[in-house]
Amino acid sequence: MGKKTLETKIQATDLSVYYGAKQALHRISLDLYEQEVTAFIGPSGCGKSTFLRSINRMNDLVPTARITGQLNIDGVNIYDGSVDVVELRKRVGMVFQKSTPFPKSIYENIAFGPRLNGITDRKELDRIVEESLIHSALFDEVKDRLDASAMGLSGGQQQRLCIARAIAVNPSILLMDEPCSALDPISTAKIEELILELKKQYTIVIVTHNMQQAARVSEYTAFFYMGHLVEYGKTRKIFTNPSKKETEDYVTGRFG
Amino acid sequence: MSTKRLLGLFAVGAATFAVVAIAGLVLSTMGTFLLNGVPHLSWQFLSEAPRNNNTEGGIFPAIYGTTLLVLVMSILGVPIGTITAIYLNEYTRAGTVFPRVIRFAVNTLAGVPSIVFGLFGLGFFVQFVGGGMDKLLGNNEAIWSKPALLWAAATLAALTLPVVIVSVEEALKTVPREMRESSLALGATRWQTIWKIVLPNSTTGILTGAILAIGRSAGEVAPILFTGVVYSLPELPNGISSQFMHLGYHLFVLSTQSPDVDKTLPLQYATTLVLLLLTFTLNFAATFIRSRLRSKQIR
Repeated sequence: MGKKTLETKIQATDLSVYYGAKQALHRISLDLYEQEVTAFIGPSGCGKSTFLRSINRMNDLVPTARITGQLNIDGVNIYDGSVDVVELRKRVGMVFQKSTPFPKSIYENIAFGPRLNGITDRKELDRIVEESLIHSALFDEVKDRLDASAMGLSGGQQQRLCIARAIAVNPSILLMDEPCSALDPISTAKIEELILELKKQYTIVIVTHNMQQAARVSEYTAFFYMGHLVEYGKTRKIFTNPSKKETEDYVTGRFG
Repeated sequence: MSTKRLLGLFAVGAATFAVVAIAGLVLSTMGTFLLNGVPHLSWQFLSEAPRNNNTEGGIFPAIYGTTLLVLVMSILGVPIGTITAIYLNEYTRAGTVFPRVIRFAVNTLAGVPSIVFGLFGLGFFVQFVGGGMDKLLGNNEAIWSKPALLWAAATLAALTLPVVIVSVEEALKTVPREMRESSLALGATRWQTIWKIVLPNSTTGILTGAILAIGRSAGEVAPILFTGVVYSLPELPNGISSQFMHLGYHLFVLSTQSPDVDKTLPLQYATTLVLLLLTFTLNFAATFIRSRLRSKQIR
């Protein structure tokens, strides 16, 4: 693809996460690259979502969660005491497994983030809403009914709305936690197309249970198993010539 | 097999009996008041003040006083109950000591007899708060440190607080975790998430709390006995520091304090009917607003 040199965007060093006495992640160290799509795969409960949620510090919401080690974004440890979590989350957008439009209009859903940032100018908001919808490949479908409730959209549209809502605050990283697991194949294909388009601008990390999806959208893949990072590398290599036995068993469907 | 069927028949019979008994009780109660009360209802009765030692005239000051009391109570009690529920549900960790103490206090509050609330209101609101205000404002005569609509409303608000807290908390719990997380993930603070996402999705629950509080308090007499209600008042209260008449208390006065109880019997029926209708109307209004909000929310 004639790619520029790889820049490290997110760098985890010996990152461990505990929920109470249970250790969910064991000293994970890996570098995620800027403007690439990285897929996290592994069986349920392997820690991939936990890792994803520690990138925007959503684990802070779990009262018993404890985190050791370092996680740098653009060279700054986000677990440093001086980091403002709210500011961090504006730079690291997130899309959830279950699409969660707010019970407001389509317009207000997308304007929610920008309004939090103090943007009140109607023209500016109009521009952001339109751009976000265009970038999330939803604009043509909803442009005539921006004031209609977002709850009336189909599942796939709702998920793209959530992506539009996330990019409206202009993050540099997008985290996606099984964004297609509740969608039909056509909607899934649209989201995957969108992911390939979005990676020109954003660093994307996607958790998925769908091997084909990981193979289709990602350049790099990390395989997690029981809280450990088993293998990480180019997606092509992970799927065709993995160096670990567990990885091979998992990607070929022999377990998991 | 036949014992099973017998048991089934018995259960159906018992349920039918219960339904009939409850419906009969409600209908006969309502029927009594409708039959005996309606003939005495008139525009004069509804719009005039009582005359001749409460044996003639109407009950307008009592209607006015009851309505105002309930409104002021809602204005005082619903926000405090909502804030408490938000604190308990959003800011404390389940299972820790402090919220458990608060919950225990709230549950205890719900079990306190209403006459105790009346005494509390007299001691705390009228004498302590009101007295303190008079001292602070340098009033020579008692303006706040005497029974008043405000203190009666505050006492009722304290009485109904548990109801509001519980129903708002239930509403807060129905807002999905994912929706809160989506808001937080967009860089909203916890307070912004509560204010812009959680609360708008809980308005129906907050209104349910208000409805239940109104239903609970509109007919309560004991809590207002020492804190603001009066026997008879020729003119309407002209502010929240005035005393007021109340339908429930008026009923009590008519039936026990009147020189001629038999003569006031039609007045008693009509007053009861008005009290019931007023409670229903207030309930209905709140329910209506709630259903409007709900349909607007989902669209």
